Order: sequence, then C-alpha cells, then structure tokens
Amino acid sequence: MSTTVGVVVFPGTNCEMDAVTAVERLGGEGRLLWHADDDVAGVDAVIVPGGFAHGDYLRPGAIARFSPMMGAIARFAADGGPVVGICNGFQVLTEAGLLPGALQKNSGLKFLCQSTVLRVDSTDSVLTRRAVFGAELSVPINHFEGNYTCDVETLAQLQDDDRIVLRYVDNPNGSVDDIAGVCNEERNVVGLMPHPERACDDLLGSVDGEVLIASLLDSSPAVAA
Amino acid sequence: MLVVRYDVLVDVRLRRGIADPAGATIERALPALGYDGVVGVTVGKTVRFTIEATDKVDATSRSEDLCASFLTNPVIEDATVTVTPADDRSDA
Repeated sequence: MSTTVGVVVFPGTNCEMDAVTAVERLGGEGRLLWHADDDVAGVDAVIVPGGFAHGDYLRPGAIARFSPMMGAIARFAADGGPVVGICNGFQVLTEAGLLPGALQKNSGLKFLCQSTVLRVDSTDSVLTRRAVFGAELSVPINHFEGNYTCDVETLAQLQDDDRIVLRYVDNPNGSVDDIAGVCNEERNVVGLMPHPERACDDLLGSVDGEVLIASLLDSSPAVAA
Repeated sequence: MLVVRYDVLVDVRLRRGIADPAGATIERALPALGYDGVVGVTVGKTVRFTIEATDKVDATSRSEDLCASFLTNPVIEDATVTVTPADDRSDA
C-alpha cells in the first residue's frame, strides 16, 4: 500500500502541486488538505508546502497558524506523525510553535531564486533518514524571508541535540550557523527553506530532492508498522 | 456592564540585530538625495484598532495579549501598545 501524503492548501499556497507531483513520482499518493478543515483525513504524512499563505500579511505564517488544519496537524505531530514544512510551510511551522526560531528577511536584502548545495548533517529525522550523512544535495531556494534566526540558548540546544539536519554549504541568506533545515525534539517535524520537491526530475536540473521526499514516504507509520 | 471603546496603537519594531532590508535601503539612498548624517533608519509597522472593554486596564491587558499572541513574533519583533479613549467622531 502506498503512503498517502496530505499537502496543505491555504489561500495563497502555490507549491502544492509541485509537492503532490514529487510524492507521486516516488510512488506515494498525494492528497490536498484544505486549511479550513480540521482533520488530516487519515493521511500517513503531511507536507506544508510553499507559497504565500494568506498573502504573507502581518508576517509569513502568522495568520495561517490559526487555521483549523494547523490544530489537526499539531495533534497529528504530537501522535508521532511525520510533518515537513517547505519554505512558507517552514515559516508556518515556526509561527505555530511546532519548530523553534523564526525566518527573518535575507541578509543580502534580496529575494533569492537559485540553486543551493545542502549538506546532510543529521540522518535522524523524517526528512533525512534515507540520506547519507555528509552528502551534498543540489536543491533550489526561492524566498525573501529565509534567514533562520533564534536566540543563543535555542541554537545551542539545536546543536547539542543534533537537530540541524541540513546546512547550506555556501550560506545564501545569512541564516545563523548556515541552517537550512531543523527538526523538533521528537525528530518527526522538519522545516526547511529549500524546495526538495523541485529537485525530483532531471528536467528541473537535479534529482537530489528525491532522497528527502523518499525519506518522508518511508517515515509514515504505515511503512514503519 | 458599561462598555467603553478605546483606540489602540501598536508600534511593531524589529528587534536589534534582525535584518531590516527596508531600513537599510532607505538609509543607503539618503545621501544621494542630499540628506547626509541620517543614521539608524528602521522600518516597522503600525497596527491600529478600536477595542471594547470595561476600562482602560482591561483594554490594555487584552491588547497586549493580542499583541503577544498574534500581532508580533517575539523571536524577531518588539512592540509598544498605546491605549487612549476612542475618538468616536468617525461614527457621527
């Protein structure tokens, strides 16, 4: 039985079909979840995709976190369900308190749309379990507010707990400690600014995102059981 | 119970050390416009609303709560909340 991945759609989300397409290319089933619904409809894993939920008004993710679906995702995550937030989805997860820190504007003052090289610094997360430690992956970024920041105590905690799962090899946006992706304490919620779903087809110039999406498909309780 | 209306002004600022591209860009442009010696430009945002409350303490407490839980992200932003009796002339 294939893994069903719920992909959340807020007003202003625009990467949901990229995520569904990547999941389905890798043998999973993608199912869109509307933000106003309050259950995850029995999916095995959840992706909060990129875009501009609620127009990014107030702050990216600030309004989205109050959607009924976010309550359902918090419960799903608390039960151990795998959840990945990509780009705007990462911002939503930090605003919702499911991941620490915040994403501030890029230090170079520019919107960035380019390829980046990520290094896998922990394979102990639902997004990296199938990756090779230290492997370098070519994955694109597409953001203005992707500069990860947190207080020094939180950073020390993330470092001590090996929760910085992906780092930029050549930091494009000023993120503290070159952070591209982090996970929660239980390692079943991961957020990252780069877009692995856009690196799952030779036509797009890289298939390095496949190992990350495949890790998520592998992480579902349906597979682990 | 008597309900009183208060105008609330929330001044949201980026915390020190948080990237402020808008402020930096404005500051860099100023010399070209002939304004020398202007430093420390920061750009924040202002949120205004009117709240119904039993008194000013109630209005302030609920506004600060709203500010902390929604209007600001304490990881990157600070805010000050100013509460004044509502100017109801706009209802006339």
